Amino acid sequence: MLTYTLKRLLATLPVLFVVSVAIFLIIHITPGSPAATILGMEATSAQIEAFNEEMGYNRPLIEQYTSWVSGIVQGDFGDSLFMNQTVLGAVSQHIGPTLSLALLSQLIAIVLAIPLGILAAHKRGTILDTMLMSFSLFGMAVPNFLLALILMLILGVNLGWLPVAGYAPLSSGLINHLTTLLLPALSLGAIQAALITRMTRSAMLDVLSLHYMRAARSKGLKERTLLIKHAFRNAFLPILTVIGQTFGTLVTGAVVIETIFNIPGLGQLIINSIVRRDYVVIQGVVLIVTLIYLFINLVIDLLYGVVDPRVRLDRKE
Amino acid sequence: MTLLKVEQLHTHIHTNKGRVSPVRGVSFSIEKGEVTGVVGESGSGKSVMSQSLIRLLDREGNIEYNGQIHFDNKDVLALSEAELRKLRGNDISIIFQDALSSLNPLYTVGNQIVEAIRTHQSLSKKTARKQAIEFLRLTGIPSPETRFNSYPHELSGGMQQRVMIAMALVSKPKLLIADEPTTALDVTIQAQILDLIIQLNTEFEMSILFITHDLGVVREICSSVKVMYLGQIVEEGPTETIFNQPLHPYTKLLLASMPKLNSDRTEPLPAITGTVPSLSNIPKGCSFSTRCPYATDLCREQEPPMFSNDGQRVQCWLYDEEKGGWLD
Repeated sequence: MLTYTLKRLLATLPVLFVVSVAIFLIIHITPGSPAATILGMEATSAQIEAFNEEMGYNRPLIEQYTSWVSGIVQGDFGDSLFMNQTVLGAVSQHIGPTLSLALLSQLIAIVLAIPLGILAAHKRGTILDTMLMSFSLFGMAVPNFLLALILMLILGVNLGWLPVAGYAPLSSGLINHLTTLLLPALSLGAIQAALITRMTRSAMLDVLSLHYMRAARSKGLKERTLLIKHAFRNAFLPILTVIGQTFGTLVTGAVVIETIFNIPGLGQLIINSIVRRDYVVIQGVVLIVTLIYLFINLVIDLLYGVVDPRVRLDRKE
Repeated sequence: MTLLKVEQLHTHIHTNKGRVSPVRGVSFSIEKGEVTGVVGESGSGKSVMSQSLIRLLDREGNIEYNGQIHFDNKDVLALSEAELRKLRGNDISIIFQDALSSLNPLYTVGNQIVEAIRTHQSLSKKTARKQAIEFLRLTGIPSPETRFNSYPHELSGGMQQRVMIAMALVSKPKLLIADEPTTALDVTIQAQILDLIIQLNTEFEMSILFITHDLGVVREICSSVKVMYLGQIVEEGPTETIFNQPLHPYTKLLLASMPKLNSDRTEPLPAITGTVPSLSNIPKGCSFSTRCPYATDLCREQEPPMFSNDGQRVQCWLYDEEKGGWLD
């Protein structure tokens, strides 16, 4: 297990290299520059020249890249051009809301989706199954910002149960924290749930038709034992994959929801930085998000081994 | 004493494309302690027939049964789901052909055997564990205490099948259905497993329904045989009689296609021409008429009834007494 983890960690290095080169090039090749944004429309070309000289933006790209990377290796992601902050400082300030939101949405999705998926598979072909599946198809088709606005209107404006927007950090109390996050998390989670329900159903159906399910039934086991102990644990591997992947997109892709609900998360940070051409922050955030993504994937792969003894054995070699 | 009595059993499966009937009017009985063989080609309905005895397929599709199954004074087709659970694995156990795919890959074999024990007996985990190890030992698994904690994929094919047998035996069932238990094993292991099954038959006085397409195995261990073709029993009787004096053309052809030690190896082995018709396309009249060398117009028009003689029963017009009786 330990050697495997170490090997996997080493394997992330090439990925990080490729990502860093790609993001660096994309940003520096895209038109628009921080100088123009900071100095404004009226800046003379001499002023721009001086600014670039000072920030080092007129050096060759390779030189800029290596100085950026050598900073990162020492734990320095650089300073924001606009905010009076280091990149790490900005990220640590914005990552909390995003992670909270991602965790809560995923929790809502899993709690909803897995029982419903198992139920749909168990009652395959019945009206209940058809209803659940149409519902989940609907859930996958609705864009999350639309669902967010509808929920906002119903739960926030008409019923007044939940705050319409805004964010309260965990330090202001767990209840406060959760009530502000509930609406955005529902909007994101419902759509994840639609996907995971379908995945659970189809993974369960695959397992239910296997030989060992019939053999287990021939032992006289209760339907619940068959479904949960024998079928679900086997069906859980593909479900776990989907959960891992969607969790990654929740961390990175909640930009729209964060904007709608005015949550100061990574999404907002990244959008603002792109608009301002804040090179250093964009590069840093993308790299950190990549790290998070890789970390989640590693956790998922390690969980495989916990669920399936055959995977454990293979890893020893 | 009769343990199991099946009368005119039909199993119908409703699918999107219509109804198919893998079992079409099967009648037989099994005595206490008897070892009965069921032989037939793939698709003859042997497995569905045996699984119908504990209604194992009920949940897997839209299944309908006609006829009667009486097991130990119970009307199986009238049992509730809860009563069926008491029957399965407790009074009637099944061992399947492919042991590896019949074991859940995520649990140790010990876990799965203990589960079988505790489903039918209220025992502590510790006692159940001890019992499980005893049954593993009984089936000839070396160092059962360590094997108890093995996962299915860590065992050899023979060991896996022994585990399946141990699991089937924990409740000392009255009837053991062995659905091609040795087909996936090599010959020496096959012999060991057969020996084990026979030893258990005498030790526990357990009746066995042995499903196979291996005629040699039947001859070795079964006291009576049923030959199935397209969901029907076309011939049945004591093993010796069936092997020495087969009546149904299908049985004759099956026996002829069996290689013998002293047969001429330059000659091709006789084979039955054609293939088993599909269930959605069952021939009119006798179901074997499409492949039978003796088929007459009568065979193609009208389904023959069972004719019996001296404990041997055959479903074939050739043995109709009114039309000339027992030809030979």
